[in-house]
Amino acid sequence: MSKKVLILFFHPRFEDSQANKELVSAIKNVDNVTFRDLYEYYPDFHVDVKLEQQLLKEHDIIIWQHPFYWYSCPPLMKQWIDLVLEYGWAYGKDGDQLKGKYFLSAITSGGNFDVYRKGGRNNFTYKELLQPFEQTVNHCLGHYLPPFIVPSALRCSKQELQNYGAFYAELVAGIQNTETPLQEFLKYNYFNDLSSEKWKALFYKQQ
Amino acid sequence: MESSFLQTAVILLGTALIFVPIAKKAGIGSVLGYLLGGIIIGPFILGLIGNEGEDIMHAAEFGVVMMLFLIGLELNPESFWKMRKSILGMGLSQLIGSSALIFALFYFILGKAFNTSVAVSLSLAMSSTAIVLQTLKEKSLTNTHAGKSSFSVLLLQDIAVIPILAIIPLLATNTITSMDSKHSIIADLDPHFSTLIILAVVAFIYIMGRFLINPFLHYIAKVRMRELFTASALFIVIGVAWLMEQVGISAALGTFMAGVLLANSEFRHELESDIEPFKGVLLGLFFTAVGSTINFDLIFADPVAVFSFVLLIMLIKAVVLFTIGKIFNIQLDQNLLFSLLLCQVGEFAFVLLASTRQLEIIDKETLDFLMAATTISMILSPLFLYINERFIDPKLGVKQAESRPADDVEGNESVIIAGFGHFGSTIGRFLRANGVSATILDNDSEQVDLLRKMGFKVFYGDATRVDLLEAAGASKAKILISAIDSPERNYQLVDEVKKHFPHLQLFMRAKNRMDAYELIELGVNDVYRESLHTSVSLGIDVLHALGQRKYTASRKAAEFIHYDEKALNKLGKFRHEKTGYVESVRNEIEIQERLLAEDAKFLDQREDVAWDSSKRRS
Repeated sequence: MSKKVLILFFHPRFEDSQANKELVSAIKNVDNVTFRDLYEYYPDFHVDVKLEQQLLKEHDIIIWQHPFYWYSCPPLMKQWIDLVLEYGWAYGKDGDQLKGKYFLSAITSGGNFDVYRKGGRNNFTYKELLQPFEQTVNHCLGHYLPPFIVPSALRCSKQELQNYGAFYAELVAGIQNTETPLQEFLKYNYFNDLSSEKWKALFYKQQ
Repeated sequence: MESSFLQTAVILLGTALIFVPIAKKAGIGSVLGYLLGGIIIGPFILGLIGNEGEDIMHAAEFGVVMMLFLIGLELNPESFWKMRKSILGMGLSQLIGSSALIFALFYFILGKAFNTSVAVSLSLAMSSTAIVLQTLKEKSLTNTHAGKSSFSVLLLQDIAVIPILAIIPLLATNTITSMDSKHSIIADLDPHFSTLIILAVVAFIYIMGRFLINPFLHYIAKVRMRELFTASALFIVIGVAWLMEQVGISAALGTFMAGVLLANSEFRHELESDIEPFKGVLLGLFFTAVGSTINFDLIFADPVAVFSFVLLIMLIKAVVLFTIGKIFNIQLDQNLLFSLLLCQVGEFAFVLLASTRQLEIIDKETLDFLMAATTISMILSPLFLYINERFIDPKLGVKQAESRPADDVEGNESVIIAGFGHFGSTIGRFLRANGVSATILDNDSEQVDLLRKMGFKVFYGDATRVDLLEAAGASKAKILISAIDSPERNYQLVDEVKKHFPHLQLFMRAKNRMDAYELIELGVNDVYRESLHTSVSLGIDVLHALGQRKYTASRKAAEFIHYDEKALNKLGKFRHEKTGYVESVRNEIEIQERLLAEDAKFLDQREDVAWDSSKRRS
């Protein structure tokens, strides 16, 4: 049975992001995917907590899609995390509403895996820098899937971006529909690491 | 016809109650309503009032005096001083131009005596302050170019009455047979001395207005009795008028001066609201009386002569005014309005003609004829204005818009803004700053001209007119923003747009909650209450001033606005049909009650947990 995916898209300047345009147009109309452009809904940062919590409850997989700004997320996403993941709801006493849900970061980055490594210009890997999000998910008893990165997003050709878009769509459809338990994916560092063969084997194992 | 005071009052007030609403409904303005009412109850039709009409008229002239006081109140000395150019320039040229032409008509063409011609021409050059100002106010034209210019001209005429009254006796050929007994106390004095007295009285009023009246009003206000304040307001006006009459100056001018001097007083609004109803009733009586005193016998004796004379005089005056308007660069449509507004012969003519008759400069027959002509011109003038407003002005506006070649290029404008006052212009500026050039509709031609010079695409006229909307490209546009102030015109606009341009997305300005309900009921989704965001943002600053953190207050504000918008949609449904003013007020109170109840619920269930660590601490 197809899992329900909620894509929470945060971009303060979407109109100028070629990479995100490709990604969004690739997954926007996939079945069982709810796409939400949150800067469009909350330009004043006044997040409707009740509504957001309701949406989280209704979905199995939550994707945070955003550009990588200063090794982190855009401010509205932090606002969203602060407000929506309430004590007593997402964590703490009786806070188990996100238990068992899967979270995925889909990130566009100006840098690439070469500068995001020990000794590289940014000294830390994406995975390391994303630890706050990973731990947030852990704290809420969810599972943090390996991130999906679009590296060198500012230098990609249109074709390359389209390829990433296609990959993203395949990935979303894959995790939605695969019979493989999603637990299996947790051992990977990035979804990018999955070669085509591995990919197919995992996703389409029993189909 | 004998009648008691009470009976006369009942008849006059009843007339107003019957005819004025009808006239207002028909869109012809209250002045014409009063006049027609007067004609109908007058001796020539129903005969409900007889010859006392003239006495009533004299009594009711005091309405004009009060009106000038009120005008003065709205005009402080600084702005009065600013107007000096237009008062002198336009006013003087009107007076001289009109009287010169009318003089020529009487002296050269009708062959009247020199002194008669001078006196008559000066009298007929006057316009009716009462009619014009009432009309301006009623049609809210006071602040238009035509309105301001008319006001300047009228003001000069009011001032000019004094020297004219002084000149007229010099024209008398016979020695004065009988000066009216109630004439001013200074009439018998040496002319130099009387000038001195006039100056002294003016100075006295100046000092009173500047230094004495305000402390006096403070003293009265402390007594805290409403009627005493009303009494003192009346005392000031009547007192000044009486004083002026004593020295033979126009009472209207004196009270005007008193008004100007009190314009900066903190009691201005109280004075205004106290005098306003008296003025309104008296002016109404005045117009009714004018209507009732028309001598139909004289008119029926030779209608062609009377009417052609009236029309000729009005034509002369209008041409003079129009020329002045041209010289002073008034726009065509405004200039037409200006000319038509002032082309009648006014109530000062009654006063001036009466005094010329006393001095036997004109004979009884001429006097009656001129009096009738004056009255008829006062009746015709609102009628002309009505015709202009209905049939000429609309064509003029559109024509102006269409004759500009740039205006014909339609199609790429997707936003139309109706109304470009403070509200609309802010929207327009914001959109323009972001590269959206909206098409603008406005019915203030001055504004239109300015905006065009600035490169805005502007159409002149009433935005509720379908042809104008069409010309502005409504059938191709996507969005219509209404920044119109008047709710009624907004409803009308919604109706027309839904009927003729259903594809347009409407963004409407709403005055308040009730207005917003109406608009929602009319099927508008995007309703913007003037009072909501500004009030709440003021509230944020107050909470901040009380020591709350600004961000917390802002969050609460956003929450409140969100809730309020929801409540608007929810409570709007409870509204039932209202039938009249009382119902509507009761309804408003009921809604207010529901709203407060809803607020309580909102406050109950809400708990601010954002960034709240108190639970985790325990």
